[in-house]
Amino acid sequence: MAIAINEYLNKDLIINKLEAETTEDIFQALSEMLLKLNYVKDSFYTGLVKRESEFPTGLTLGKYNVAIPHTDTIHVIKPAIAIATLKHPVVFNNMDGDGQVSVSTVFVMALNEPHCQVMMLQQLMLLIQNEDVLKNLDDAKSSQELYDIVSKFECNLA
Amino acid sequence: MSKQKVILVACGAGIATSTVVCQKVEDLLKANNISARVIQCKISEVPGYEDDADLLVSTTIASRTYKIPVVKAINYLTNVNTQKIDQAILDVLKA
Repeated sequence: MAIAINEYLNKDLIINKLEAETTEDIFQALSEMLLKLNYVKDSFYTGLVKRESEFPTGLTLGKYNVAIPHTDTIHVIKPAIAIATLKHPVVFNNMDGDGQVSVSTVFVMALNEPHCQVMMLQQLMLLIQNEDVLKNLDDAKSSQELYDIVSKFECNLA
Repeated sequence: MSKQKVILVACGAGIATSTVVCQKVEDLLKANNISARVIQCKISEVPGYEDDADLLVSTTIASRTYKIPVVKAINYLTNVNTQKIDQAILDVLKA
């Protein structure tokens, strides 16, 4: 059964304007939340760092760029998307290995089943392709506002 | 009848971006009435498949060179100039 992006969101997995210097700072903050709420195992953070260093996840989109870090399913207990907007952009390597990108919003995907989360992934891709949505995320004042933007986007699709 | 083509769709973990790209490739095949087998895998698993495959569609860094043509499909994720990838894939399959 197809499960939409809404099912993967949790208000407690969203950080507004995270102060981070490095990708590790971001991974640490989001992994901690995921771990605390039992979405992931404590190996998730290391898994993210390792995976990002081998296969980076920065996506150059235009004015607002994003990263979609994720790692192997073995580190995940139940699937979720953790979101952080950044107080200051942080540099990620581009997914295709072609240079770097200054990222303003990070979507950490904790996925526990390969191949099965097509609908959620497609919605997430549509969301990041929408510059207005990315601007709204960047302008948001609270994690509640971020949650509303992303969950409302899903409704618009249906 | 010519042999059915085999397309590998790879990303780093074989779970996320390749899922999206798989869908796009399957849509493209359907729209063009092409029958081909699409295999989703991790980029590290490509060597095990490439002898029997015709094309690699990848969203991640190709860490080595492959025996088969490689199409970079990151634009399927960012939705920029996707016709170019469509064409590159079709060119290989129709060759």
